[in-house]
Amino acid sequence: MSPEELVPVLWEATAETAQMVLWSTLLTAVFGLPIGVLLVTTGRGGLTPLPALNAVLGAVVNIGRSLPFIVLMVAILPFTRLITGTTIGTVAAIVPLTLGAVPFYARLVESAVRGVSREVVEAAQAMGARRVTVVLKVLLPETLPALVAGLTVTVVALIGYSAMAGAIGGGGLGDLAIRYGYQRFDTTVMVITVVLLIVIVQLVQSLGDLLARRLSHR
Amino acid sequence: MYDTGVVALDGVDLDVREGEIFGVLGQSGAGKSTLLRCVNLLERPTSGTVTVDGQDLTVLGDAELRRARRRIGMIHQHFALLSSRTVAANVAFPLEVAKVPRAERRARVAELLELVGLDGKAKSYPAQLSGGQKQRVGIARALAARPKVLLSDEATSALDPGTTQSILALLRRLNAELGLTILLITHEMHVIKSICDSAAIMREGRVLESGRVHDLIARPGSQLTRELFPLPEPAPPGSLTVTFPAGQAEEPVLSGLVRKFGVDVNILGGSLEELRGVSVGRLRIRMEGEDTAAALAYLRGRGLLVEEETP
Ligand SMILES: Nc1ncnc2c1ncn2[C@@H]1O[C@H](COP(=O)(O)OP(=O)(O)O)[C@@H](O)[C@H]1O
Ligand SMILES: [Mg+2]
Repeated sequence: MSPEELVPVLWEATAETAQMVLWSTLLTAVFGLPIGVLLVTTGRGGLTPLPALNAVLGAVVNIGRSLPFIVLMVAILPFTRLITGTTIGTVAAIVPLTLGAVPFYARLVESAVRGVSREVVEAAQAMGARRVTVVLKVLLPETLPALVAGLTVTVVALIGYSAMAGAIGGGGLGDLAIRYGYQRFDTTVMVITVVLLIVIVQLVQSLGDLLARRLSHR
Repeated sequence: MYDTGVVALDGVDLDVREGEIFGVLGQSGAGKSTLLRCVNLLERPTSGTVTVDGQDLTVLGDAELRRARRRIGMIHQHFALLSSRTVAANVAFPLEVAKVPRAERRARVAELLELVGLDGKAKSYPAQLSGGQKQRVGIARALAARPKVLLSDEATSALDPGTTQSILALLRRLNAELGLTILLITHEMHVIKSICDSAAIMREGRVLESGRVHDLIARPGSQLTRELFPLPEPAPPGSLTVTFPAGQAEEPVLSGLVRKFGVDVNILGGSLEELRGVSVGRLRIRMEGEDTAAALAYLRGRGLLVEEETP
């Protein structure tokens, strides 16, 4: 490909990757956060022990975590169609990406929330705080830096997964690298795409680290 | 009783009087924390009642219990501060929980920080403070909602001796100035010695003895006395153990004994302690001579507690 052709193609692929990753990150945070918190609070010795719910949540999260992404993506095609009305394209890819990342992020949230000392939680309860207040004003603010760090790891994982979403026509940089670099032996496109992915991942990680550090007062 | 089958507390019956500092002494695992957590029902006793300021907490519903808890402050061994909040915001936390308006909160926080001597630290984060300062924040926070009772779970156990003394002095001052009733638990005798009006000794979930410190010391066979003045136990046969209650330790009792009754007195051991500024002592002696019976009566007549080890 000539440079004149390459630039718009790269630009489009980057935009597709960004679209897939940003939306699925947002949705992952929305679903993963409460699930992660519930994994702790419904557990033994938690704020609201509900052993049955805890066991179910734990099992579902483990199943989600044990499926290879590519298998998950294919396995849930009917569900994807149900939600987005289609099974191909960038928007359709957001469904499996989110479903793949939610269990991952939920476990990160869980371990962050477990890091809040029992003494601190009890101190709030001893002041007469309701359980929802404990979650909103103690557990979440105290773990915010770890939640941000966890989300950064998730975004990086999503960038990786999003390359596979190309397999269902999701587009994006990974897809570009496979189509041009692998199938058409266009090494230039391959190399440029890989470099671009590396730069993006580095940027995301640095930004996440910076933000987590800014938020931490430990 | 915990659901693991551990009976952490058994037949505990404590009566803390309004306005006093009550210390519970016991080794680790004795059930002190469990006892304290029962007072604000962080731990619900399997049976029994908890009455604070005339109100039985065990019969309250959730919302009422939360309201009652605001009248009971609590401080913790590891301070339990929120690392994400500034000192001022930590102190304001219980006020937020109680839905106190922002302006009122701010004024109260300033007042509290001054009370505990942390005026300049409002905008610091806990990580920037020393242990003693952190506990001062803990104390300010515990007092924010103007509780009548303060519970203290080993509040000085993580602090060095100097800082411990300054925190104890602060508690004493708050007790005097605010009429605050303080129930504290500790495994350190010197905490009891320096600030407690009353004390209880716990072992394996049971209270061995409890009462005013000076009353306990005047009681024969007191465990508190034994822990306070460690002498070799058991006492050797034929020895006398004399406890000098408040104010008596400075009197020249022994020389009077020798002069008046012509007995020989051997000192086997002894120690002198300051209990909240009052000297109290315990002495182990052996007495030989003609008139030991009269000498004994003389000692008892002076208000000393004499325990005889029969030969
Ligand atoms: N949540 C719990 N579940 C089961 N057993 C407990 C729990 N908390 C404390 N215990 C047990 O209760 C006993 C008293 O503990 P605790 O009140 O913490 O003692 P202390 O504060 O005097 O060191 C110990 O044997 C301890 O192992
Ligand atoms: Mg304890």
